[in-house]
Amino acid sequence: MAEEKKKRKRGKCAIYVNGNLVGFHADGAGLVQRMREKRRVNELNYETNTYYNERANEIHINTDAGRVRKPYVVVENGKSRLTPEILKKVEAGQLTWEHLIKMGVIEYLDAEEEENTYIAMTEEELTPEHTHLESVLSAIFGITSSMLPYPEHNSGPRITMACSMTKQSLGVYANNFSQRFDTRAYIMYYPQQPLVQTDGYKVLDMKKKAAGQNFVVAITTYKGYNMGDGVVVNRSAIDRGLGRVMMFKTYDSEERLYPGGQKDKIEIPGPDTVGFRGEEAYRHLDDDGVVHPESKVEGKVVLVGKTSPPRFLEEISVFGVVEEKKRESSLSMKSGEKGVVDSVMVTEAPSGNRLVKIRMRGEKVPEVGDKFASRHGQKGVVGLMLPEEDMPFTKDGIVPDLILNPHAIPSRMTAGHLLETLGGKAASMKGGIMDGTAFTGNTEEDYAKALKEAGLDEHGEEWVYDGVTGKRIKMKLFIGPIYYQRLHHLVSNKMHARSRGPVQLLTLQPTEGRAREGGLRFGEMERDCLIGYGASMVVRERLLEESDKTRQYVCQECGMLAHHDVVKNKYLCSLCGSSDVVPIEMSYAFKLLLGEIRSMFILPRILLKEKA
Amino acid sequence: MAKKETINPYSAVGIVAAQSLGEPGTQMTMRTFHYAGVAEHVPTGLPRLIELVDAKKEPKKPLINIYLKSAHSRSEAKAAEFADKIESVHLSEVADVREEMWKKNIVVRIRPEDAKALRVTSAMVEKAVKKAAGALEVEKGEERAFVVKVRKEGDEPVLKSLRKLTGKLGKTLVKGIAGIKKAVVVRDAEGEYFVRASGFNIKEVSAHEEVDASRIYTNNVMEILKVFGIEAARKSLEMEVKQVMDLQNLAVDPRHIMLLTDAMCADGKVKSIGRHGLSGEKAGVLGRAAFEETIKHLVNAAVTAEEDNLVGVTENIIVGQTIPIGTGKIRLRMKAKK
Repeated sequence: MAEEKKKRKRGKCAIYVNGNLVGFHADGAGLVQRMREKRRVNELNYETNTYYNERANEIHINTDAGRVRKPYVVVENGKSRLTPEILKKVEAGQLTWEHLIKMGVIEYLDAEEEENTYIAMTEEELTPEHTHLESVLSAIFGITSSMLPYPEHNSGPRITMACSMTKQSLGVYANNFSQRFDTRAYIMYYPQQPLVQTDGYKVLDMKKKAAGQNFVVAITTYKGYNMGDGVVVNRSAIDRGLGRVMMFKTYDSEERLYPGGQKDKIEIPGPDTVGFRGEEAYRHLDDDGVVHPESKVEGKVVLVGKTSPPRFLEEISVFGVVEEKKRESSLSMKSGEKGVVDSVMVTEAPSGNRLVKIRMRGEKVPEVGDKFASRHGQKGVVGLMLPEEDMPFTKDGIVPDLILNPHAIPSRMTAGHLLETLGGKAASMKGGIMDGTAFTGNTEEDYAKALKEAGLDEHGEEWVYDGVTGKRIKMKLFIGPIYYQRLHHLVSNKMHARSRGPVQLLTLQPTEGRAREGGLRFGEMERDCLIGYGASMVVRERLLEESDKTRQYVCQECGMLAHHDVVKNKYLCSLCGSSDVVPIEMSYAFKLLLGEIRSMFILPRILLKEKA
Repeated sequence: MAKKETINPYSAVGIVAAQSLGEPGTQMTMRTFHYAGVAEHVPTGLPRLIELVDAKKEPKKPLINIYLKSAHSRSEAKAAEFADKIESVHLSEVADVREEMWKKNIVVRIRPEDAKALRVTSAMVEKAVKKAAGALEVEKGEERAFVVKVRKEGDEPVLKSLRKLTGKLGKTLVKGIAGIKKAVVVRDAEGEYFVRASGFNIKEVSAHEEVDASRIYTNNVMEILKVFGIEAARKSLEMEVKQVMDLQNLAVDPRHIMLLTDAMCADGKVKSIGRHGLSGEKAGVLGRAAFEETIKHLVNAAVTAEEDNLVGVTENIIVGQTIPIGTGKIRLRMKAKK
């Protein structure tokens, strides 16, 4: 039977709908052809895509959600279906986009169907083999890259980098941000739409979700403070709100249910709770145990007061009465953070328990070490914040917001950066927005003309004066406004140092990571360097004194570790009971190692010798 | 003057050498270089370095450079003639070896095109077949064939020994030196012609009178060890490591390489770095346990009641003592009078 079935299917085209095999057909190519024709006369839904794999003789029909699709103009016999007559009607407003789709002039293709097409970029290059025509040239870009101005003037890798940096930029990520409780969110104080925009940017209406500001950028070195991708920024501009963002952070606390019907309680813990933190810690709490909105909090202050039932029921007091001592389990802010309570929400967790969410708000003013980037893969870290009066200025009194190092340009070949600056300058002189769409945007000539008309240097260069000495700088500087983004890497969220601090429970070695106020690892390779240098004492200090040094008592008779007998107030060998023990300094990790070796039935003995 | 250049006592030369070799290693590219004609893909860079340091029995692509005496090294034709002479050809490359079970025969039939291309005459094939057949009778068959008549010898069934002989015949050398393949003539910088071949077989190659045995060289360190001894092996190891570094334009002081090769060859045999070699032979239990196979070393130490006298760096770090290197080893020799 199965064999017979196979025979029937041999040589026939397999048909899959949304990935499931549904049947077979003798003429795959013809079927696909007819399906597409039906779609173009609106007999088949325009969201259906068909793909014919000739080699595997398979048809894939896709109708499910989540496919990325892109519109193309349909081409027949080397002629675009979007004829001048249709175009005229569109311009007159008689036909809409929907009409064009229903007429089969425009169709949407998904990634699979695109495999069966031969797409021309322009109408001029159409041949009878072509099946489709690109709607606009810049439609070849994706969502992020279509927002970048002048990508055709930049090197490929820089476009990739610009795309990934745009995704890290801080701005308005959602227009309902005030209603949202995201764990972490940033909102820019004064976001601007770019002076040079692209079609993609406009189509996506990104000015409603702007993530950047138009900085006046001068390209010159500045006393070494913008070496190696550093940037100098105008402190006065920052004081006026340049690049300033607001950070939202949401904390939450839930009244959890415990086996046995016991429950947490959100309240102000009383002084009799185990682990009470003192009245001071709860000072911002309202009577319901939740912080008061708009209160300023700093350090390890409690945001939600909470008590939990005792862990063990048999905590019986001297009088034999079961004392219900509650445990303190309040939610407090992370140490080192400060902010204002922006909003408090009391709601229900999916488990049905009472849930409190607290959104904290904090201001993040740009500082030395923060990261900025243009839309051309040109990122930089603030190296100096210079007061406006010390910055160079032009004859018109224009002071740059940011000084970029010229060495960042030639090797990276980001001519688009310069062109955008020129466009920004032309835009601000003329008023309005310039077009930086790939292949079709405004040209350098357009900008040169606009600048000339405005009475400025057509190359965007200007004489500038040193703000400190007042003397004219010997060279003209390239200066103009360009869209800059503040990137998500803020020093204030990363800065970390430690001298002394918490240690791990097991090893007594310093903890790891900023969140745990940890130390910076002195690793194997660092150790090798000290050994290579012959600095034995430093090795010892790093690996022992500053880490997990302990004093252990070692029996001189049998080489075992000794213990402290509290009753006799003596150190006695745990193995032979001898009191002939001596204190030895060793790392706690070694003490653990000895224990682990003993646990596998090997007895390690420490044989002691007087130091020569 | 020379004294000024000596290194300070208790310097950690091993660590410094390891760092000096290891750091450029991180920059090595996987790029390979091409040798004229022979074995297109000879490993260089990191894979080759690993091969050397692991003291592999045979390199992935063994090569041999055969320099000739002046009578042959001046003319390309004469060198080529020699190259042709030593290049090995196996019977299966020029002839079909077929079993005729029913007749208890093995038929070796020459493929004329292949034989011609490899410059093998039927006399050479006959000689090879006779050699492989030993005491068995070899007849001349039809169409450039030789027939080996297999008969019962000892306890083995006839068909079994026939099978064995078929395999042996295919691998029989018709001409050339065993192990020498793809010999080509190369002209060096001084205009001298020499033969470069893949494979190695110093002993047999140098037996030829055309060869200048004093200049023969192979990249197979183990072959050099076998033929010339440990000092030569050490030197060739050093040269090979240096060559890897030079090909990538990485500057490493030769003394670091020499320290490495000295350490590898100190016992009179070429030891690898790592678990099975140098690191596996460290004195202290703790040092070995800290490197690899911790449990194995600890258990073995327990069984033999081993003592660790804390001579190494690792051991002392584990225990938490000053390490016996550099400033940690300086002692005051004279005791002050009381």
